[in-house]
Amino acid sequence: MSIIPNILFAIILIAGIGYFTKNVKKLIRNINLGRDIDVSDNKPQRWKNMARIALGQSKMVSRPIAGFLHIIVYVGFVIINIEVLEIIIDGLFGTHRIFSATGIIYSCLIGTFEILAFLVFVAVIIFWIRRNVIKLQRFWKSEMKGWPKSDGNIILYFEMVLMTLFLVMNATDVQFQAMHSGNVISQFITPLFSGLSDGTLHMIERTAWWLHITGILIFLNYLYFSKHLHILLAFPNTYYGSLKPKGELDNLEAVTKEVKMMMDPNIDPFAAPPEDESGEEEVAKFGASDVQDLSWVQLLNAYTCTECGRCTSECPANQTGKKLSPRKIMMDTRDRLEEVGKNIDANNGVFNDDGKQLFGDYITNEELWACTSCNACVEACPVSINPLSIIIDMRRYLVMEQSAAPVELNNMMTNIENNGAPWPYNQMDRLNWKDE
Amino acid sequence: MSELLKVPTMAEYMAQGKQPDVLFWVGCAGSFDDRAKKITKAFVKLLNKANVDFAVLGTEESCTGDPAKRAGNEFLFQMQAVTNIEVLNDYEVKKIVTACPHCFNTIKNEYPELGGNYEVMHHTQFLKSLLDEGKLTIEGGQFKGKRITFHDPCYLGRANNVYEAPRDLIRKLEAELVEMKNCKSKGLCCGAGGAQMFKDAEKGDKEVNVARTEQAIEVKPDIIAAGCPFCNTMMTDGVKAKDKEADVEVMDIAELIANAQDL
Repeated sequence: MSIIPNILFAIILIAGIGYFTKNVKKLIRNINLGRDIDVSDNKPQRWKNMARIALGQSKMVSRPIAGFLHIIVYVGFVIINIEVLEIIIDGLFGTHRIFSATGIIYSCLIGTFEILAFLVFVAVIIFWIRRNVIKLQRFWKSEMKGWPKSDGNIILYFEMVLMTLFLVMNATDVQFQAMHSGNVISQFITPLFSGLSDGTLHMIERTAWWLHITGILIFLNYLYFSKHLHILLAFPNTYYGSLKPKGELDNLEAVTKEVKMMMDPNIDPFAAPPEDESGEEEVAKFGASDVQDLSWVQLLNAYTCTECGRCTSECPANQTGKKLSPRKIMMDTRDRLEEVGKNIDANNGVFNDDGKQLFGDYITNEELWACTSCNACVEACPVSINPLSIIIDMRRYLVMEQSAAPVELNNMMTNIENNGAPWPYNQMDRLNWKDE
Repeated sequence: MSELLKVPTMAEYMAQGKQPDVLFWVGCAGSFDDRAKKITKAFVKLLNKANVDFAVLGTEESCTGDPAKRAGNEFLFQMQAVTNIEVLNDYEVKKIVTACPHCFNTIKNEYPELGGNYEVMHHTQFLKSLLDEGKLTIEGGQFKGKRITFHDPCYLGRANNVYEAPRDLIRKLEAELVEMKNCKSKGLCCGAGGAQMFKDAEKGDKEVNVARTEQAIEVKPDIIAAGCPFCNTMMTDGVKAKDKEADVEVMDIAELIANAQDL
């Protein structure tokens, strides 16, 4: 027997996994461009969140139809991939259905795979119809034009083809069909190929087998370029998601230092700032104007976003025709991060200022100031992404670095500064209501 | 009526060497906004009725800094926070109740890290506890059988997961509690949060408060109950915009309960 197929298989496998690994490294490097934050607290709760939200899909089902279909595809995909293990062993060692030695267990397994593959196929067709025929509003918002729209469909086509190949592979496997167990679905496909010689059937089976495994490897490598990364990143993202009440915004530490200094009568305001041990005085920048100013968790959020648009469809600003779309905030953050990453790749590992930034070139004033900070987007996200935190960080940049708040907000803030209320009333009149 | 209100200040308490059980944090809206002042008074009437040992800061109270923080001005927020915390800690305040979910959220969640640790309650939670302890009784009175829908304030609901206390109180009024299409964790914002209260909305095809009021009107309520002075203003404006002032009233839960007792 020729070992050429085995060698070919090994080459394809190594190339597929190798290129994916390379891109994962790039992904990690890009995420690490973000500010460091400490998320090492309360590990048990974090594991629980990951188990409940990512593994258990708890937030998906708040929309029952999409949630149910998604669970089918999710379970199907995870379980059918056990089959990939067999394919890899068969491919490398020239065996055929090596696990079939387990007899009845194998039949049960394959039977389950076949049912799931069929259900996944149906679910994916419904997904496609929701996107392209029913045209659900959230898939047709302005940020979904061009690549994001094609991306969504390409993923669905991939899944349809992979499931079909899996079933065809089983249907044309003469030996497997002869076992008459485990072929729950494929037995109904076999008649489509009736009248073909065993040789031809073998050809078809082999072709389907090869296309199936190369398809999976291509799909694996497609992830990095697609919104579909959520199938991997949903897990770390839900783990690192915030454990605080949604209403709580972080208090900027750099500001706390300055405020304490201003309020402390014992500090000499003219004293030279204490020298850093490294001798370098790092000037803190308040808020975020570009991706490097965001935390690495916020950047992980951006890569995790699968553009489902639940956030945007729940956003009061978006519902009333404002430009703000929380999904676009996440997509812009990722696009800019990718741009910065490519810049670093092209300049031997150093970022070369390209005169662009997240604020202005991607996200506009109008979007940022439309937010009511209501947390509907945060609540809606099935994988614990927080678009609000990015909006607030960018507002901080606008207000504290650029003094670029809308005029009315400047008035409000001046009032708070002068008389302790957002309106121009005297603090001494605060208790007047008592006697009115 | 006003001479009936007992509103001691922390300074008065201190002068007598006493410490109240709870501090009522009135908030800027509750102190200055004409509509919100009525809520403040209704709540104080209930506190008086239940003989709650409370005090206010009065002229020593200042904005929590919430609108500044949400607008991006972390400096101003922390200046306000540190100043307020100093006052609160000097008075050795342990427990705070407020009728404003924004003050509630800020003091409860954002002050601890800056040195302000208190037990903070929203007035609906506080009223509920008075009820549970038998210090206050609620009768349906004029609201018996009325259709009431509750608009969840974002900073009480989603932000802090308080959904039941206000609803329990409405049920106690023997009113019919009806839920809007979007409620509880899926509640739609009134449009005021994140400092929007203090600016014009960005360009769009509708005002958020009108969208929310439409959802409320859909369930044909006699009363839209609110638990936040800002939501109250937004929903009142929404009802005006929809020309429904004759049919629908917007009232705070504290007002509902006070009115039911003819206070």
